[in-house]
Amino acid sequence: MQAYINNQIKETKADKIFNFLNICFLCVCCLIVLYPLYFIVIASISEPNGVYEGKVLFLPYQPSIEGYKELFKDNSIWVGYKNTIIYTVVGTTISVVSTICGAYALSRKSLPLGKILMFFITFTMFFSGGMIPTYLTIQRLGMLDTIWAIVLPTAITPWFFIIARTFFQSSIPEEIFEAAYIDGCSDFRLFVKITIPLSKAIIAVMVLFYGVSMWNSYFQPMIYLSKEAQYPLQLVLRNLLIQNELSTSMMTGDATSFVTQQRIADQIKYGAIIISTLPILVIYPFVQKYFSKGVMVGSVKG
Amino acid sequence: MTSAKKLTSKIEKTKNNKSTFFKKIVKHWQLYILLLPTIVFFIIFKYYPMYGLQIAFRDYFTTMGFSGSPWVGLKHFKRFVTTPDFWLILKNTLSISVLQLVLSFPLPIIISLLLNQLRKQRSKVIVQNILIAPHFISLVVLIGMVYIFLNPTSGLINRMIMALGGEAKFFLGKPEYFKDIYVWSGIWQSTGWETVVYVAALSGIDPSLYEAATMDGASRWQKIWKIDFFGILPVIVVQLILKSGQMLAVGYEKVYLLQNSLNRVASEVISTYEYKQGILGAQFSYSTAIGLFNAVINFAILLLVNQLAKKYSETSIL
Repeated sequence: MQAYINNQIKETKADKIFNFLNICFLCVCCLIVLYPLYFIVIASISEPNGVYEGKVLFLPYQPSIEGYKELFKDNSIWVGYKNTIIYTVVGTTISVVSTICGAYALSRKSLPLGKILMFFITFTMFFSGGMIPTYLTIQRLGMLDTIWAIVLPTAITPWFFIIARTFFQSSIPEEIFEAAYIDGCSDFRLFVKITIPLSKAIIAVMVLFYGVSMWNSYFQPMIYLSKEAQYPLQLVLRNLLIQNELSTSMMTGDATSFVTQQRIADQIKYGAIIISTLPILVIYPFVQKYFSKGVMVGSVKG
Repeated sequence: MTSAKKLTSKIEKTKNNKSTFFKKIVKHWQLYILLLPTIVFFIIFKYYPMYGLQIAFRDYFTTMGFSGSPWVGLKHFKRFVTTPDFWLILKNTLSISVLQLVLSFPLPIIISLLLNQLRKQRSKVIVQNILIAPHFISLVVLIGMVYIFLNPTSGLINRMIMALGGEAKFFLGKPEYFKDIYVWSGIWQSTGWETVVYVAALSGIDPSLYEAATMDGASRWQKIWKIDFFGILPVIVVQLILKSGQMLAVGYEKVYLLQNSLNRVASEVISTYEYKQGILGAQFSYSTAIGLFNAVINFAILLLVNQLAKKYSETSIL
C-alpha cells in the first residue's frame, strides 16, 4: 500500500499525459473491434429499408424482427445447426479426452521413450503430408461422407497438445507422484484421483479451443462431405453470406420487387451471423477466467 | 586381462540398463494405454499421409495405392514450375505473406506493451478480453461481414466514401485491393489473440527491475523499452520463427472465401491452386507435388530463420 501511494505521488506531468493517451489509444482499439459486431446486432433488429438507406449507425432503426422470422422459416440453417452441434459435441469429446490422456502421459518424466514420441508430435507442426495425401487416406478408410471424416482427422492439434503437456509439467509437482507410488498407487488411479481434479483449468480451455475450432470449421466439411443434409452450419452460412452476396454485388440493373427481396435477404444474413456466433460468445466469458492458468502457462513455456 | 574385465562389466551394465528400461516400460504400462489414442491418431492421420507424399513422384491410381503406382520422378514438379500461372501464384503467395508478416507482427507487441502500462489490473483484463473476442468468430462469418461492409451499394465503407465525395467501389472485385482486405481483416481478427502470449510474458518480468530503474531516474519510455521490450524479446523471436515457418502457407481457407473470378489474378495462391487441381480436378499426384513443394520451402525457411535467430539472439525453437 505504501509503495502504491509513493507511486501516485511520484507521478509526473509527462506520466499523466502518457496514461491519458494510452487509455485513449486502447479505447479506440476496443471500439474498432466492437463496432462491426455491434453494427451487425443493431442491423439484425432494424427495419430492412432503414439499414439499406444507412439510417442504422448507432441505434437500431424502427426495431423489427422480420429478419429473424424469415430466418426461422429457412430449414437449411436449422439442419446445419443440428449437424454442427452433433459434430462439435462428438468431436470435442474425442479431442479433449485423447489430448488430456496423451498429454498427461507424456508429461511424466519417468516415461521411457517420452522424448522421442514428443519429437514426432512436434514435428507434425512444421511438416505434414498435406491436403491430398490426407484426403486420400480418409478416402481409403471409407470415411468420406461420414461424421468420422469431420471429427477424427483433426482430433489432436499438436499445439493444444503441447499446451496441455506444459500445464501438467508445471502445475503438478513431481513429489506428489513419488509419494503416491510409494503408497502403491497405480498410474490410472493417480490420473483419475489426483491429476484430473487439479486440471479443471486446462480441461476448460481445451474444451473451448477444440469446441470453437470444430464449430467454426468449414473447409474440412467442404472437402469431405458431399450431401447437403450433412452440411454443418458454416457451410450453409457460406452459401448464404458469401455466394449470394457475390451474385448480387456483381449484378447490374434493378427490379423493384427484387430489391425489396434483396433487403430482406440482407436482414436474414445479419440474423444468421448472430445466431451462429451467439453460442460461442456466450460460453467465452465463462472460460476466459481459466486463460491465465491454462493457456498462459502453456504458451510461454512451450 | 583388466580390459577384458572392463568389457564384461560394461556388457553387464548395458544388459542391466536394458532390463531396467524394459522394466520401466512394463511398470508404466498404464501410461502407454493413456497414450494409445494419441499414437494411433498420429500414425493414421499424420504419418500415413506423409508416407503418401511419395505419390508426388508417381502417377497415382486409386487401385494401386500409394506405393504401387508407377514411378515418374520429377514429372509433376516440372509441370508445376512450367505452368503459365506459376510465377503469378508464387508472387501472390509471397507478397500476401510478406505484407501479412510486416503489418501484423509488430501490432500485438505494441498493444501488449501499452496494455502492460495500465495501472488497474481489472481494466487490463477487460480490454484484453474485448480485443480477443473476434478470434472466436468463424472465418465464414468474418468474410461474410467483409462482404457486407464492403458492399458497393449498401456497405458502410462505401457509404462513408460517398459521403466524403468519393466514388463507391466493388472492392472485392478489384485485384489491387485483395491483399489489403486479406491482411487487415486478419489484423482485426487476431491481434488481440496474439497479445495473449506477450502479456503473459510481460507479467513474468521481475517487478524489482522497475523499482531499480525508477531509483536511477529512468523515464517511462526507457522502462518500456529497456525492461519490457528486452524482457520479452526471446518470446518475440520464437513467435517470429514460428510465423516465418508459415510463410508460404497463406491461410487458404480464408483466401478461398475471399476469392472470386474478378480478383483471381491477385488471390490465387499455392494452396488454393493445390485444392482446385487436387480435390476439384482429381489430379492427385500433381497437386501432391504442389503441396510438397510448398511444405519443403516452408520448412527450409523455418530452419533458416531458426539458424539466424540462434546465431544473433541465442534463442531458437529446434
